[in-house]
Amino acid sequence: MLDSPVVKITRDEIRHVALLARLALDPAEEEAMTATLDAILTYMEKLAELDTSAVEPTAHILDLPTPWRDDVVTNAPDADRLLANAPARDGDFFRVPKIIE
Amino acid sequence: MSVEADLDAWTIAEAGRRLRARELSATELTRAALERIGARNAALNAFITVASDDALRAAAAADARLAAGTAAGPLDGIPVAVKDVIATACVRTTAASRILADFVPPYDATVTARLKAAGAIIVGKTNCDEFAMGSSNENSAYGSARNPWDLTRVPGGSSGGSAVAVAAGMALGSLGTDTGGSIRLPASYCGVVGMKPTYGAAAKYLRRRQQLGVHLEADHRLVGGAGAGTPIHGAHDAAPTRGGRRVCHSVAVSYARAVRAAVDTLGGLGARAGSASLPHTEYAVATYYVIATAEASSNLARYDGVRYGSRLAGDSLLDMYCRTRAAGFGPEVKRRIMLGTYALSAGYYDAYYLKAQKVRTLIRRDFARVFEQADVIVTPTAPTTAFRLGEKLADPLQMYLSDIFTISVNLAGLPGIVVPCGVDDAGLPIGLQIVGPPFGEEVVLRTARAYEAATEWHTRRPPRVGAAS
Repeated sequence: MLDSPVVKITRDEIRHVALLARLALDPAEEEAMTATLDAILTYMEKLAELDTSAVEPTAHILDLPTPWRDDVVTNAPDADRLLANAPARDGDFFRVPKIIE
Repeated sequence: MSVEADLDAWTIAEAGRRLRARELSATELTRAALERIGARNAALNAFITVASDDALRAAAAADARLAAGTAAGPLDGIPVAVKDVIATACVRTTAASRILADFVPPYDATVTARLKAAGAIIVGKTNCDEFAMGSSNENSAYGSARNPWDLTRVPGGSSGGSAVAVAAGMALGSLGTDTGGSIRLPASYCGVVGMKPTYGAAAKYLRRRQQLGVHLEADHRLVGGAGAGTPIHGAHDAAPTRGGRRVCHSVAVSYARAVRAAVDTLGGLGARAGSASLPHTEYAVATYYVIATAEASSNLARYDGVRYGSRLAGDSLLDMYCRTRAAGFGPEVKRRIMLGTYALSAGYYDAYYLKAQKVRTLIRRDFARVFEQADVIVTPTAPTTAFRLGEKLADPLQMYLSDIFTISVNLAGLPGIVVPCGVDDAGLPIGLQIVGPPFGEEVVLRTARAYEAATEWHTRRPPRVGAAS
């Protein structure tokens, strides 16, 4: 949290976040990541200086309406083209490692 | 009877006029650009992929239109470069990442389709920071592009190759993206014009909030459609101050001097200059890197080794995801995914993401208040001129702070342009940033045009590098 003391993020938290992010980090990366993120999060603590209790968040910058378009098919089905970038395919399907034993 | 293409002197307007007058063909012009790329890319590394065959085919089609008098418009037959985060059908698009090393998009981004429809010739895909994450271009999996003014220095990022391509005459214009300064910073470092339109003003097929824009050689008048010689109404110098104290990281002396001189020049053209306060500027970098990393972490979840991109084998599906992403992403992308995942994770969302969104509101209000009294805001583009390769790589926070003058403009969604306005003691370019209110592109362009008409900085070209061409 922004108002917590010195250490912003621990090695264990880094491991947890890496799993959430689906990133395999080796021990050296874990160590470097802990130090760097700690420094960056400490810098981000600046934001806590500001009283924002009466401020609405900005989720999107423009108050533009979202225009509707006609619901028409614009892409012809072309499985070969779409599967051309697949790391592994099986017929007209993406092939993935077995999920259920 | 053809004239020889002069890639260093011609603007898009000049080249287009000569094409339509049939002084030379689009094929000759495109060939000249490709030869220049061939001669200089080994030294500059501005392009990840050169699309010679596609470009020459498109040029032949442009020549047919030009011969028939059915040219599509001012861009017909003009060689341009496109940042490699923008999808180009059938031309490899890597986003400067290992994970997309072999990715060939099955479709064009909307902006690519529009460029093609306008007859522009795409000569290749330009180098940038991986997934546009960086301020120096050094986070490219394909090596950094080099600054043509000094090969030991960065071109700026993330759209470094796009700025280098234009500065070195490898294309007459280029597309970049600018989410925190990624067009404007390289424009400043490389001595070219870089424009970021109002958020939403340019069509895109990109990740959220990533913004398209252009690098041009002193030619924005054409693309922006603003008229020349129209007097500007007034300009306010808003080098950020707070209670009379400079709060931002100090600006290099020669940089500040050049920007002040530019303000004087604008004053001489009829602008009424004053100073304005943007008190929340010092929070912009922290705000941006919370929001941008949160978005990046969610956006890059799609790179999982299933539908496209590279894959590493694993013991399980989870293991496959983790190994694929670990091998495919570079250090800065991993860092941002980690930061963003952390900022969005249970228990931290309010303290980081929601807090940053609220501070963003304060930053928007700062600008809105100034624009009640000013037509444009003029600032330095960066605290310094181009820094040395490797200088900031080990300290991500210092790298992030290079964006201090550009980043709040993105958080507020405003249009901004950078025009060359001087050089430092080492002869490196300095860029003047001109910011306008939402959809205020016209006043921004008019101001820039008036400034260019009164100065010579935009006519400087970097020394030739590489084999002669």
